[in-house]
Amino acid sequence: MVADRAAEADALLPLPAATLHILLALAGDDRHGYGIIQDVAQRTGGELKLSAGTLYRSIQRMLEQGLIVEVRERPAPELDDERRRYYRITAFGTAVARAEARRLTQLVKLARACGLAPGKA
Amino acid sequence: MRAYRALLHLFPASFRAEYGGEMCAIMAQRRREAAGPGAVLALWVGAVIDLFVDALRAHGDVLRQDLRFAARTFGRAPGFTATAILVTALGVGATTATFSITDHVLVRPLPFAEADRLVKLWESPPGYSRNELSPANYRDWKAMSTSFEGMAAFHTLSANLVGEGDPERLDGAAVSADLLSLLGARPALGRIFTAADDQAGAPGTLLLSHGLWNRRFGGDPAVVGRKVLLDDSAYTVVGVMPRGFHFPSRDTELWTTMRLEARDFEDRGDTYLQAIGRLKRGVSLAEARADMRLVAARLERQYPKENERVGATVLRLRDEVSRQARLLLAALFGAALCVLLIACTNLASLLLARALFRRRELAVRTALGAGRERLVRQQLTESLLLALAGGVLGVALAAAATPLVARLVPNSLPIAERPALDLRVLLFAALATAITGVGFGVVPALRACRDPDASGLREGTRGGVGGRREKLRSALVVAEVTVSVVLLVSSGLLIRALWRLQHVDPGFRTDGVLTLRTALPWPKYEKTARRAQFYEQVLGDVRQIPGVESAAYISFLPMATRGMIQPVQVPGRPPEPAEDSTVSLRFVTPGFFAAMGIPLRQGRDVGESDTGDAPLVAVVSESFVRHYWPGEDPLGRQFLLASRPRTVAGVVGDVRVRGLEVSSEPQVYLPSRQVGDGNYIAYAPKELVVRASADPARLLPSIRRAVARADPQQPISNVRPLADIVDAETAPRSVQVRVLGAFAAIAAVLAGIGIHGLLAFAVSNRAQEIGVRVALGARPADVLRLVLDEGVRLAAAGTVAGVVLAYAAGRALEALLAGVSPRDAATFAAAVALAVLMTVAGSLLPALRAVRVDPLTAIRAE
Repeated sequence: MVADRAAEADALLPLPAATLHILLALAGDDRHGYGIIQDVAQRTGGELKLSAGTLYRSIQRMLEQGLIVEVRERPAPELDDERRRYYRITAFGTAVARAEARRLTQLVKLARACGLAPGKA
Repeated sequence: MRAYRALLHLFPASFRAEYGGEMCAIMAQRRREAAGPGAVLALWVGAVIDLFVDALRAHGDVLRQDLRFAARTFGRAPGFTATAILVTALGVGATTATFSITDHVLVRPLPFAEADRLVKLWESPPGYSRNELSPANYRDWKAMSTSFEGMAAFHTLSANLVGEGDPERLDGAAVSADLLSLLGARPALGRIFTAADDQAGAPGTLLLSHGLWNRRFGGDPAVVGRKVLLDDSAYTVVGVMPRGFHFPSRDTELWTTMRLEARDFEDRGDTYLQAIGRLKRGVSLAEARADMRLVAARLERQYPKENERVGATVLRLRDEVSRQARLLLAALFGAALCVLLIACTNLASLLLARALFRRRELAVRTALGAGRERLVRQQLTESLLLALAGGVLGVALAAAATPLVARLVPNSLPIAERPALDLRVLLFAALATAITGVGFGVVPALRACRDPDASGLREGTRGGVGGRREKLRSALVVAEVTVSVVLLVSSGLLIRALWRLQHVDPGFRTDGVLTLRTALPWPKYEKTARRAQFYEQVLGDVRQIPGVESAAYISFLPMATRGMIQPVQVPGRPPEPAEDSTVSLRFVTPGFFAAMGIPLRQGRDVGESDTGDAPLVAVVSESFVRHYWPGEDPLGRQFLLASRPRTVAGVVGDVRVRGLEVSSEPQVYLPSRQVGDGNYIAYAPKELVVRASADPARLLPSIRRAVARADPQQPISNVRPLADIVDAETAPRSVQVRVLGAFAAIAAVLAGIGIHGLLAFAVSNRAQEIGVRVALGARPADVLRLVLDEGVRLAAAGTVAGVVLAYAAGRALEALLAGVSPRDAATFAAAVALAVLMTVAGSLLPALRAVRVDPLTAIRAE
């Protein structure tokens, strides 16, 4: 079962950039859509600004893949009384994010060995 | 915000329903945060671009998902998938193949610059609408008309090319120097003709077709400037025309310039030129016709005798296709559309059945929250995917069928031999495919998703037996039967017409006869005695070849040359109008009638003693006797030909000179020695007819040696069995019948599949009902009747409608039927019998399945 899970996670790799960033944004806390966009922009220093369409296309797929779940609707504190949907990372989503991070680390190590990336080999 | 909400409609509806509200909220939030009009503008520009890009991607997501889903469903139902693809392929293939040929022959502009302004001009003397022009009339038409940017003339020629390998007979055209530039043609090599080329006394110049250049000169660019001998005259090759340039027909291999001298303009009755014109910009065909009417009327006033009632016919060059060829192609195209229609209804029927079959699946998906739009879209993707696969296969089928349908391209047009499978044809195929996929996929998809209630989920729910869906499918099956009956009857009528023509007696016997041409060049063979010597030597040698029974020469072979007519007059009879007094004139050597198997009815054949010094004699056909001396003894009577009296020495059977489908002028045969030197040049015998008991093809080497002994420079051309000439009469028809027959067969099979599909589905749906009936005592015969009744009702309705429509189609085809009645009872009976057979075949399996229903199992399932 555990092995199956790992194989399933590996099957999703490499993750699209948007997917990984959304997983990172949800790693700490449940967020609604706009919260994810803001978090990603902040984390990348304004480098990556997700459009609403891209965000929800990714969310739709990630829901299907079981990486995240929709939690209850609750009013966003900054949005007066409008109720927004919140998303939470699943255990599988965490596993996939880890696997992707591992993959990227591996890659960076290889690049270092060839002198193509800074740091110790 | 309203604008943003409107733009969200770019997204798939399901996506919009799910996330539209969230996206609007985000947009609103961002606007609140944007400081200043500049930032708001930037936000909007960015948002709009993002919306377009994301919407496109979202559609891509859905498509990918649908395709994956479709692939899975198809994999689970390979029988359904294969049938649907094959059905579409047959429909698209049939229409694409016939479209490519119809477009090629009838629609596509001719391959000349601004071809829509090119017209063909003909004289129209009483009784004829398209007659060649005399040089004098051509000259005057050109000078007096005002509608044309230019007018040019040509006549076809055949010439012996000597030197550079074996002597060879080539077909070409002698053209006025401005003809090629009038067509807008450019040479591939060298130059085309200039005004200096057709002046009297200018050195002979020659242009080669691309094919001749490759075949005979090895594609050597240094051919320009080379001297060649054509019929013993020297010509200089000045250029090579590009590949794909054909004029006036595809057989033309070389062009020389036509030189008209003063004496050519003397006789207005000597008509042998063909003329083309280029309309001035903005001048319509009707205006040009009115202009030419005036010109012809003026010339008639000026030359009341020679130009009596001689009008002018102006036709678009594009329309130089015979009415029959046009009708033939139109019939095929109509038939192909019928096949497409049947294929479409079959596909629709298959999809409908499947949609009913999938009701439960759809209900489950609806219950799980899939919107109706999403389900319709999914099904449309599936039907489009099926249609696409069918379309690709169909285009492959059409490409494979091209060599067969290419035989329907008339030789007389200046177009390529085969239609190209180009973008235009592919676009047509794509259109046919799209219509099939969308048009006939939408209804089933909408119907299936009309009421996404939960009834489909209930255990044991029966399909929509007797409901509206069944009615729609029944209507489709009736339509299929109707169309297939129409096609069966039409092809049946055409098959009967073909048989009738193939059994028409041509007036001669073709078996064991080989024909070939030795066209004698001028001026080498100008003298009658010189020609007689050649004939005598060749025929003497050929008759010595073992297996040869008889051999003779004639001017033109029947059916191969239909015209060459001359007026005659019988002393003591009032002069008749020109159209009633023309005869088909031929010069023959002794033994011709025996070689052709034409029966001698009275008197004698022409003989060796019928020389120029002997009394002038003629052998005439029975129809000639019937026309001039009905019920009298014709032997010894006289008639005038070219003002000289001829005495009838013999009477022979009639020959269908003009082909199997039309009547011919009476025939007059003159001894080949009784032609004055330099007279009737075009009529000099050149066709050798050899009747043999051995295989005629095996004799050819010996015949070639005999000709070479008589004149080593004399080429041989047009070698073919006499039977081929007669078969060529019906060749386009037999191709058409084969294609149409194939269409009819496809249609019948498809209709059978349609009936089978409907009944099979009904039986599986009514299994419980049937089980109950059997349990209550119904006998197998009752069950059988239950199922068959349905099939027979549908087939009967379709057949009745089909018979009525087929009669209408037959009337439209009447010109192609060669006298077979469009009400031909045998054909109708055969077509109806086939329709019944098809119904029985289609109903058989479902009926057997119904009889085998086990009442216990069926009821338990309830």
